[in-house]
Amino acid sequence: MRVGLFVTCLVDLMRPSIGFATLRLLAHAGCDVIVPEHQTCCGQPGYNAGDHTAARELAIKLALEFADCDYVVVPSGSCAGMIRVHYPTLFPDDSEPARRVRALAARTYELTDFLVNIAKLQDVPGRFTGNLTYHDSCSGLRELGVKQQPRALLAQLPDATLKEMAQCETCCGFGGAFSVKFDEISSRMADNKARHIHASGANTVVAGDLGCLLNIEGRLRRIGDQATRVLHIAEVLAGDEGQTS
Amino acid sequence: MKVASLKFQRNAGKSLNNKTLQSALKNIESRFVGARREAISHLDDFEAVRSRATTIRDQVLANLDQWLIRFEQEAQRRGAIVHWAETAEEANRIICDIARQYGVKKAVKSKSMVSEECGLNDALEAAGVQVVETDLGEYILQLAHEPPSHIVAPVLHKTKDEVSDLFAQHHHLPRKTGIAELCQEAREILRPHFIAADMGISGANFLIAETGSVLIVTNEGNGRLATTLPRVHVALTGIEKVVPTLEDATTLVRLLPRSATGQDITNYVSVLTGAKALDESDGPEHFHIVLLDNGRSKMLGTKLQAMLRCIRCGACMNHCPVYQNVGGHAYGWVYPGPMGSVLTPSFAGLAATLPLPNASTLCGACAVVCPVSIPLPDLLREVRHQQSLANLRPWRERKALAVWAWLALRPIWYARCAGLMSRVLAWLGGAKGRIGWLPGAWTRGRDLPAPAGQTFRDLYRKREKP
Repeated sequence: MRVGLFVTCLVDLMRPSIGFATLRLLAHAGCDVIVPEHQTCCGQPGYNAGDHTAARELAIKLALEFADCDYVVVPSGSCAGMIRVHYPTLFPDDSEPARRVRALAARTYELTDFLVNIAKLQDVPGRFTGNLTYHDSCSGLRELGVKQQPRALLAQLPDATLKEMAQCETCCGFGGAFSVKFDEISSRMADNKARHIHASGANTVVAGDLGCLLNIEGRLRRIGDQATRVLHIAEVLAGDEGQTS
Repeated sequence: MKVASLKFQRNAGKSLNNKTLQSALKNIESRFVGARREAISHLDDFEAVRSRATTIRDQVLANLDQWLIRFEQEAQRRGAIVHWAETAEEANRIICDIARQYGVKKAVKSKSMVSEECGLNDALEAAGVQVVETDLGEYILQLAHEPPSHIVAPVLHKTKDEVSDLFAQHHHLPRKTGIAELCQEAREILRPHFIAADMGISGANFLIAETGSVLIVTNEGNGRLATTLPRVHVALTGIEKVVPTLEDATTLVRLLPRSATGQDITNYVSVLTGAKALDESDGPEHFHIVLLDNGRSKMLGTKLQAMLRCIRCGACMNHCPVYQNVGGHAYGWVYPGPMGSVLTPSFAGLAATLPLPNASTLCGACAVVCPVSIPLPDLLREVRHQQSLANLRPWRERKALAVWAWLALRPIWYARCAGLMSRVLAWLGGAKGRIGWLPGAWTRGRDLPAPAGQTFRDLYRKREKP
């Protein structure tokens, strides 16, 4: 099957390794992957700020770029949720672009959801030794129902042990622009997350969204924790993360 | 009550650094979140009840005018008098007129958030009526001259120690420390007020159209005393509270206490119908019902209509990680948390409430627990959209979004800028790979993990060309 990778603007800019890990996972699952060159952003920053114009234009752009893919896979619950859940609400009419955008929405998947439910990946290629804990990112969890998928994939790593933290479904405080508009509240929420990570006894925290990871890692480092590793699920599943620690 | 929502950020900052408040807020998780989870599990099929409740509320809102007229007819047929108030001021005027008409000197109140919305106590005091709050939480707040910080547990922000101090100071009795003792002391102080009061004021959890009844759920018994002992009873509530039948009300009552306090049912569920009849021995001689609009009808037929389904259980705020950390006062008005961040802009205006809909990560925890399935994150986005359309967002934010949109639609420029930013951030990160200071707010409380110096698109392009 022909799968388009939507890299997301955060992964493109802040941690390309997640994009490459995703490519490895998709190739391993037998997908024929394309990466449209001119992709940029899903439009969520504008949409969540109440500016629908730019979000609509970006939705049309994305639908064109991924028109010839059977599936679009996104290593982020937040961006996948934007496309899958929110794009259709921006195009309620019956015009040609609206039909195209809704079709795009219907075949767009968050990475772990795709690997488990569409590609039915049974043998993840990565290696990981040690304890890890998983943070459920809000949009993936509550907009897309991503809960068991990452856990099912992590369970395929023979030497990895999942130690669930308390309140793993509570927001880490990122929230896009929220993290800078209300930075004090955001940091406090990240503090609470850090406390639960520490209490879990795991030395690695894993999540499916880079936004959350930047927020969590940024706060951990600021409060003096240089040791806890903060990884994207794709990096854990595809790479040899954990072998060095 | 004056709207202080523009100061959300400053007040939230104060809340985060207020140790007493933070210790009081810790109770939310244990008292409300856990209790709700447990109580919901007692229902055979929560989703089915929730879906039925949502339908009931939607059907009412689709024909709200007709249900209200039916309610008015049935209530008046049973001897109640129904008043219509378009604004808070009008509601206050009506109730002050009622007080004057019956020569009321003292009024006892059961908890009513709509009366807080109207600032009714101040209006009555100005009209020469002594008002005594009799809900324990509201009574504490009246002594402390503070507004409520939660719609179900108005005094959630206070610790027991603070209440002990307050009672000792106002009651001039030895300082008590046990909860039971404190409650007993409040009972003893309040009881003479109930007996002496000329008027009782309550809210309404539901108005039942088929019988013209007012339904209230309470835990302390003060609601029963306030609505049956004084010779005049005034129930003040919002127009959206009407439901067609008693059976519909019972469906909603299955969800309200479970969602609010984690109780399967409240200690009291009172259905108040009409004034005291000639052959009845108790109840008020005069029963007035004041129906308040105050911005509600403007929400009908808009994308915010679903908000009017709200049954004021408070589950959305109990589960909101922002509310859990800053408490209710930061929101600056009667209704805090997610439901308030949708309602307050509709009632008090977009301009006076700019921070509210943005003070959410849109995490969606509120929508998951809402017993009438209100899509709160969608509604918060809708209020943000209204702010954007009204050009109310700050100039800098609008500029930043314009630059982002321009770039995102021009991939070549976008790629160049991202590449440049990646290099700059990598350089700033240095050997440590993290950045401790950047302009803007991100690094006030966090480091920024630095990128590697090349974007995915650059690396991918290079990889493709051998």
